[in-house]
Amino acid sequence: MDLLNRALPLLGEGLVVTLFLGLTAFGIGCVAGLALALMRLSSARPLRTLAIAYVSVFRGTPMLVQILLIYFGLPQFGIIIEPIPSAVLALSLNAAGYLSENFRAGIVAVEKGQREAANAIGMSYWQALRRVILPQAVRMAMPSVGNRFIALMKDTSLASVITVVELTRVAERVGSATFRYMEMFMIVAVVYWMVNTVLSLGQESLERRMARAY
Amino acid sequence: MAAPEQERVASAAPRDDCQIRVEGVRKRFGKLEVLKDISLTVRRGEVVVIMGPSGSGKTTLIRCMNFLEEPDEGRVSVCGLEVQCGNEHRGRNRARRIRDIRLRAGMVFQQFNLFPHMTALGNVIEGPMTVRGMSRSQAVTLGERLLARVGLSDKRDEYPSRLSGGQKQRVAIARSLAMEPEVVLFDEPTSALDPELHEEVLQAMRELAREGMTMVVVTHEVRFAREVADRVLFMDGGVILEEAPPREFFSRPKHPRARAFLRLVEHAPAEASEGLTVVPSAVGAAVPLLPPSAGGLA
Ligand SMILES: Nc1ncnc2c1ncn2[C@@H]1O[C@H](COP(=O)(O)OP(=O)(O)OP(=O)(O)O)[C@@H](O)[C@H]1O
Ligand SMILES: [Mg+2]
Repeated sequence: MDLLNRALPLLGEGLVVTLFLGLTAFGIGCVAGLALALMRLSSARPLRTLAIAYVSVFRGTPMLVQILLIYFGLPQFGIIIEPIPSAVLALSLNAAGYLSENFRAGIVAVEKGQREAANAIGMSYWQALRRVILPQAVRMAMPSVGNRFIALMKDTSLASVITVVELTRVAERVGSATFRYMEMFMIVAVVYWMVNTVLSLGQESLERRMARAY
Repeated sequence: MAAPEQERVASAAPRDDCQIRVEGVRKRFGKLEVLKDISLTVRRGEVVVIMGPSGSGKTTLIRCMNFLEEPDEGRVSVCGLEVQCGNEHRGRNRARRIRDIRLRAGMVFQQFNLFPHMTALGNVIEGPMTVRGMSRSQAVTLGERLLARVGLSDKRDEYPSRLSGGQKQRVAIARSLAMEPEVVLFDEPTSALDPELHEEVLQAMRELAREGMTMVVVTHEVRFAREVADRVLFMDGGVILEEAPPREFFSRPKHPRARAFLRLVEHAPAEASEGLTVVPSAVGAAVPLLPPSAGGLA
């Protein structure tokens, strides 16, 4: 327990960084993912092709490689990004690829008649999207988007390889200073598990609420 | 992302007598030519019923009138707003004109297409608020009046999933009326309903016709057509084969295909006109009769 006491402040800081990475990347990933989904479904071929290529690249390569590319690769071109922004960027870009597929599935699942009814009362593309399509699409995409959020929380541990002091890095540091790796990684695993348990409980109650609404 | 567009007040249309003019419209889906050089006009206040066998192009035709379907060729004009069809005419101005047409031509769908995430009232006030830029309180006043008109005041806070088919379709009618259209297009508004629910929807439509609304109605409801229509158009294979006042069309159809079709419709077991002529009072009593426009439920 001595160890736990000594590690606690560091763990707290690590947790804050982990949550920051996860939440920020999820937020950016949702916005970018939605834009990608709309591009993918647009009638303009160049936009569609771009979206397809993007998703293919970011889902088809390891996240770790993406992080390393941004942090260690880009400086070769004179682009130097700090560790935390690098991690946020990599996580967001990656999440956007996956989330765009979730959103697309949701949008496609909305009945065709919904858009027609919206257009028939004179709504524009954006009005129909905002008022009619997205509220239904998001509901349908909710379970897969929630799962992606949880996966993203775990992916934040990859940021440790580019010196971001998040939970995993804290465990590594304290472990190497005290040679108590086993305990430290166990503690950190429990923290991740607790965070994700809270997230899945939140997801469940949100889904229940949404199922009830109509 | 782009900001939601501001509502554009549609420019005043010339008030001529002709509400809808379709000229030389053609439409194909791949190899199938669904509309073959269709022309027709609908005058102000007229109720035109379109009948014809399945696949004859009725839905496609009516959807061409508000550009849910884009004709390949021809011209469509609604309330004086003319749109030239065909790819070479696409452009910004044209898209705006199509929106203006949609503001004036309401549509009621076979499958209702109510917004499931909005209440009955929410469905009705959505267009006025989002598209016409009406304030919420104004829209609610309008929406409540329209729901009362279709006899659904008590369902205002109900979601569509908790409404019967007939109630859904009446909400859909109220929703299209909330845009204060000059024309309403109906695509088989009762076909997705159980026979006993037809009458409440037809009743709402009769009321609308009585108030002088210009209506184009695709339907197989013979009794409705007889009572309400000014003209019946009979379509088959993408052309209008016959056009006549209902009295004439139903008693002396000229075209052999129209005769064959009428025999089928009039003897179909689920055909409402049969059942309804037998027990009109029983059905009528079960249905909230529509009060004249301003009235609410008793
Ligand atoms: N989006 C589409 N893509 C391809 N073919 C279509 C499409 N919409 C309609 N069709 C075809 O066009 C023809 C006419 O269809 P339409 O829906 O206009 O007929 P309808 O007269 O309304 O028939 P019903 O009484 O069954 O509703 C049919 O053969 C149909 O299969
Ligand atoms: Mg049809």
